[in-house]
Amino acid sequence: MNAINNFGPPLLGGLAVTIGITLAAAVLAVVAALGGGLARLSYYRVVRWTAAVYVEVFRGTSTLVQLFWFYFVLPFFGINLSALAAGILVLGLNTGAYGAEVVRGAIVAVPRGQYDAAAALNMSRLQTLYRIVLPQAALAMLPPAGNLMIELLKNSALVSLITITELTFTAQLLRSETLRSAEIFAVVLLFYFLVALCITGAFRLAEGKLKKSAPG
Amino acid sequence: MIFDWQFAWDTLPKLMAALKVTVAATVLGMAVALALGLALALARRSRLQWLSWSTAGFIEFVRSTPLLVQIYFLFYILPGLGIELSAFATGVVALGLHYAAYCSEVYRAGFDGIPRGQWEAASALNLSRYHTIGRIIIPQAIPPVVPALGNYLVAMFKDTPMLSAITVLELLQTGKVVGAETFRYLEPLTLVGALFLVLSLISAAGIRGLERRLQKWVAQ
Repeated sequence: MNAINNFGPPLLGGLAVTIGITLAAAVLAVVAALGGGLARLSYYRVVRWTAAVYVEVFRGTSTLVQLFWFYFVLPFFGINLSALAAGILVLGLNTGAYGAEVVRGAIVAVPRGQYDAAAALNMSRLQTLYRIVLPQAALAMLPPAGNLMIELLKNSALVSLITITELTFTAQLLRSETLRSAEIFAVVLLFYFLVALCITGAFRLAEGKLKKSAPG
Repeated sequence: MIFDWQFAWDTLPKLMAALKVTVAATVLGMAVALALGLALALARRSRLQWLSWSTAGFIEFVRSTPLLVQIYFLFYILPGLGIELSAFATGVVALGLHYAAYCSEVYRAGFDGIPRGQWEAASALNLSRYHTIGRIIIPQAIPPVVPALGNYLVAMFKDTPMLSAITVLELLQTGKVVGAETFRYLEPLTLVGALFLVLSLISAAGIRGLERRLQKWVAQ
């Protein structure tokens, strides 16, 4: 308890940055996941392959390697990203690659008959997607999306290694000032755990709401 | 800037040497995770409610907090507790502990997949709880979950670069050092990424193969 009183307040600023980065990356991840997942089911081979390469590269390499690559290598190509931009971009694209597989799986799981029924009602492909397929797939996507969101929160600690002053980095600064490592990192772990609990709760709530609104 | 193949080729031996450290950390970490994960899964199923609940809480906590912070935590805490471990050993313990929490959930799914009748038959044969779990349940529960455990092996492999944060000279850190010495990050870091990609694609294919074999084996 004493540890929280002593080190809680100075860590709150870092916590806010961590939450901000997680949310910004989450928005990017949703876009990348939907784009990537739909692209993997595209009619066009080029689109399918591009999406497959994106997914495999981001899932097949380490998040930290991606982070360092974006931060240290891209400047050689004349692309200078700030640490914050590189951090959000990598976290978003990385989570999006895992999310793309979730989106693809959920869409493939929508029964064939739903497409046939939509075709029978003379719906266009786009209408079928928005009105029929995605609303049903969304329910299947939510639980894995909640897990990915927690993975994203956990991965956000990695951006401390490219000098972003989020929760973990703030803890390191505080540690070098006070040398009270045990208490500081215990508080940091607790903070992450509480945020993770909030994420789990939010997704449970969303799932409950979506289930209620789903017909049948 | 153009990719300098000669420089990349010259860097490769250093990276391959560092890859050994990465692979060693993965293998040792996985050994810890498999053993500790099984212990956690059994403790989670214990009939002692305090043990089962505190284990569940511990698993949830470890799964919900960043591995990097856990690594720092152990790295700074253990010496104070009188446990002097090298950075590498601390990293292995941290990896093992983190993935033990994940593996325990996999084992749990395996246990849950065993039909009740197996427990009942064991108790009808008057087997002790120890024998029931050791001889009847575990041998049936583990084979079906091997692919899921394999996925965590690959995930752990990809998390080993985090050990660079506590000064372990693994693959990524070595790539960074080469980059810092030569002011060329392009080749070393791209090679590091390529090595990770190739190895995890191969392992993923291996796990899929194993899965197919297991399915055949279970079907027989």
